[in-house]
Amino acid sequence: MTATSVFTAFLLAILSSMLINNVVLSRFYGICSFLGVSNKVKSSVGMGLAVVFVIILAALVSWPIYNYILVPAGLAFLDTIVYILVIASLVQLVGLVIKKYSPALYKSLGIYLPLITTNCAVLGVVQENNNYTFGNSMANAIGTSVGYLIMIVLFSTIRDRLSGYDAQKSWKGLPLALITAALMAMAIMGLSGMVA
Amino acid sequence: MATQTSTRGQHKQNFLNPIWKANPLFVLLLGTCPALAVTTSIEQAIGMGILFTIVLVGSSVLISLLRKIIPEEVETPAYIIIIATFVTIVKMLSEAFVPALYEGLGVFLSLLVVNCIVLGRAEAFAKSNGVYDSFLDALGNSLGYLIALLIISVVREILGTGVITLGAVFPFIPKTVIPVLKYSSSLDFSIPLFARPAGGFIVYGVVEACIAAHTWHQKDKEMAAKRAAAQAAAAARAKAQVAGEAK
Repeated sequence: MTATSVFTAFLLAILSSMLINNVVLSRFYGICSFLGVSNKVKSSVGMGLAVVFVIILAALVSWPIYNYILVPAGLAFLDTIVYILVIASLVQLVGLVIKKYSPALYKSLGIYLPLITTNCAVLGVVQENNNYTFGNSMANAIGTSVGYLIMIVLFSTIRDRLSGYDAQKSWKGLPLALITAALMAMAIMGLSGMVA
Repeated sequence: MATQTSTRGQHKQNFLNPIWKANPLFVLLLGTCPALAVTTSIEQAIGMGILFTIVLVGSSVLISLLRKIIPEEVETPAYIIIIATFVTIVKMLSEAFVPALYEGLGVFLSLLVVNCIVLGRAEAFAKSNGVYDSFLDALGNSLGYLIALLIISVVREILGTGVITLGAVFPFIPKTVIPVLKYSSSLDFSIPLFARPAGGFIVYGVVEACIAAHTWHQKDKEMAAKRAAAQAAAAARAKAQVAGEAK
């Protein structure tokens, strides 16, 4: 394989995990935060950026741990426990570093960081990466997290518009938001088959 | 919340409340990820519910037993490790005994570690209540979750595939296919969309709307009863006044 074809494959893998197998709308990771934090556009941007940050870092750290420590030691069955510890400590560390070097960024992202430990998108991606090569796992991490960011921002914008709409009272709020998510999922469904 | 000295009535409340009034999925909106991902087939949803029960009951009882030993500063990491241990046990058991379920649930088995219900019950209940109460609370929550998964999966399997398939996941159930909407390839009224992700969102949204409608109806009834009582009281007062004046 030449360098260009490797690069194209990398880009296609990113595109595939970003849009076609979108993290929220077709793989169902991180729906709790998708529904919970999307009330305001500003907070959804903050949450999305924090997720991008943590997923890429976690994938970067946990792939070598699994392939170079756990598998050779015959401890592959402990992966879940190790991953959750890695993610929890990584989140703490990222919080401390951001607080030290960029208080402004900490102010906008800081409150979302503790929530990310229990965001299933992070653990889900890291767990999926067990079966991938390093390049594919990075493509998966980048694509998934950017896909999450795009969808949560779009979703919160739509919800913002809907909040002023005079719907029937039992449909107001969450039920309508879920139907919106269903419509978005249908739109994503139309893209399936674009990348083999 | 129940205290250490809870009576029998409170025991019952701890068990029954999470099944309907405070249902973890429909009312508290927790654990939504597996609820949408594994509910394409009824058997898978039941399997998920059973594994979930083992994890939640086991971790709640253990956390409640250890609640005086675990120092407050490291609470959450300690809980996560206890939960992750149970998840690993469940993962290995299901891989050995029901491999079809293990394959079907996939990564969502591991994701039980970060399931908001499990961690939420540890933080909100098991760490401050006795073993028996925590056991009942965990059992009630798991049962509520199982029922919620069952409702969504019944709708999705019937509408999505047109048939109810039994025996595909659990090896001890004989293989049967019960036709509901699909009788032959030419007589097929199923809507495949409901087996897709979008269908999951639709079913969940409609169920939420039904629950909201029920809650509003209940509230309206209460308000009407209150208004009627107030009117009756006012009428009685007016009557008494009239009677007093007549005297």
